[in-house]
Amino acid sequence: MTVNEEKLKQDFPILSQIVNDEPLVYLDNAATTQKPRQVLDAVVQYYETANANVHRGVHTLAARATEQYEGARETVRRFIHAEETAEVLFTRGTTTSLNWLAQSLGDAVVEAGDEILISYMEHHSNIIPWQQLAKRKQAKLVYIELTKDGQLDLADAKAKITEKTKIVALTHVSNVLGVINPIKELTKWAHAKGAVMVVDGAQAVPHMPVDVQALDADFYAFSGHKMLAPTGIGVLYGKRVWLERLAPVEFGGEMIDFVYEQDSTWKELPWKFEAGTPNMSGAIGLAAAIDYLEAIGMENIFAQEQAVAAYLLPKLAAIDGVTVYGPKDASLRTGVISFNIDELHPHDVATAFDMEGVAVRAGHHCAQPLMRYMDLAATARASFYVYNTQADADKFIDAIQKTKEFFSYGLN
Amino acid sequence: MALTKLDQLYRAVILDHSKNPRHRGVLDQATTQIELNNPTCGDVIQIQLLVEDGIVKDARFEGSGCTIAMSSASMMTEAIIGKTEAEALKLAADFSQVVQGKAVENEEALGDAMMLSGVSKFPARIKCATLSWKALEIALQDKDNQGTAGQLKHDE
Ligand SMILES: Cc1ncc(COP(=O)(O)O)c(C=O)c1O
Repeated sequence: MTVNEEKLKQDFPILSQIVNDEPLVYLDNAATTQKPRQVLDAVVQYYETANANVHRGVHTLAARATEQYEGARETVRRFIHAEETAEVLFTRGTTTSLNWLAQSLGDAVVEAGDEILISYMEHHSNIIPWQQLAKRKQAKLVYIELTKDGQLDLADAKAKITEKTKIVALTHVSNVLGVINPIKELTKWAHAKGAVMVVDGAQAVPHMPVDVQALDADFYAFSGHKMLAPTGIGVLYGKRVWLERLAPVEFGGEMIDFVYEQDSTWKELPWKFEAGTPNMSGAIGLAAAIDYLEAIGMENIFAQEQAVAAYLLPKLAAIDGVTVYGPKDASLRTGVISFNIDELHPHDVATAFDMEGVAVRAGHHCAQPLMRYMDLAATARASFYVYNTQADADKFIDAIQKTKEFFSYGLN
Repeated sequence: MALTKLDQLYRAVILDHSKNPRHRGVLDQATTQIELNNPTCGDVIQIQLLVEDGIVKDARFEGSGCTIAMSSASMMTEAIIGKTEAEALKLAADFSQVVQGKAVENEEALGDAMMLSGVSKFPARIKCATLSWKALEIALQDKDNQGTAGQLKHDE
């Protein structure tokens, strides 16, 4: 394997902790990832040497801060293979990116009777903005079904993308099932019917190479904190033709050209969307995180995660009473594994894991429609990332065994 | 093995209440009923009470949730049946103290529910234990409000 997790782990100060008398095994990366020293240093360095408001003063620090902030935009552009930096908007995260779209794109293209197409595997942040848009416009929110093993039902997708469909908004990778959706193909289908393609990349960009031009998606959203960067910074990529057409969602400083008493004009792209003082340190932290990930190589990160899934899925299948959700074929997924043990409630499972030092998530994972669709109240979820070692994967299996033992002993 | 610490939380009694819940189901004639959910985890509980002459004559619960939430509801029904409304409310107040690791005068009155005192060492799970007791408090204090669904507040 080309990723040396043991060595990488040493870059993450938080991971060397003892939790509940056990060495911490952090498997809640789909919720948020830990930050390497390189990212923390970049943020501190920015505040110690360059902090000033961007695009404002003429003084040296203002120029330095602006240069670093815009440099971060170029780093993001290169990372996701956008054509130009004008297409990279900094936001607070995926949720903000998608809300902006539901507002601005929604106003531009959706009318009463139109359809917005999403799927049953979406995160709440790729459901509710569209649902509220549909209500506002008297449009219809349509859901693509899933197959039995938790993949997008492509036949259903194809059938539901029609002339009525104005927006198709889909997740690239499910935060519950770990399944990767064929965005390129889906985008083709959307475009063939004249619909706009919006992709929620929150669980994809951190884990695999993403090329927005190759995917041909019109918009693509993701969050920094799920890819080693600080919280509060995210990205909305949009094709220039679309961004030119859309109205800004927020108004204020930084985004204006001329302000008159009764009207104003906007700056050019990308600044017309970035009202107010932006999250400079966040953007710089994100660029440092991208540098860190690129040094490992996104291909390698993806291969390592698929290897973890390939290692764990058969092991989990062999444990009596363990149910894993999503496809059994590791090549279809990333390192997100949702599961349940016997009749145990996932909260009890997560508490038991915590006593073993293993941090996993339990609950509905901000995907209530998916839980209902799968007829589940909740699941436990382990999600792996670059710094998780083989030993972490084994500790995870071990925690399952111990949890099973504990509760079956208690119940006898 | 760190899982031994789990014993503080999941005593055999607790697991027994979870597996063999007391008073789970619905009442034919309830004078009060309430549904309460915890939006952060999705646990839901319904409590039904039969209150006559100021006395809790009978109680039932239904719902879905973790071992702690369900066993706590079961223990709660055992503790309050036969008590006056004022006594039941006092038990709810006492239980809230117990799960925060504080002492109360009359531990025996809480019965099996005292077994959940260990939850105080698991801050993330305190709300699981108090969900049914909060529902009880709302049901007893707000009797006109038949069946109104509510949400556990952030600070509860
Ligand atoms: C698939 C998916 N979409 C959207 C989000 C929302 O991201 P954020 O909370 O960073 O805005 C998440 C993460 O919680 C996610 O997993």
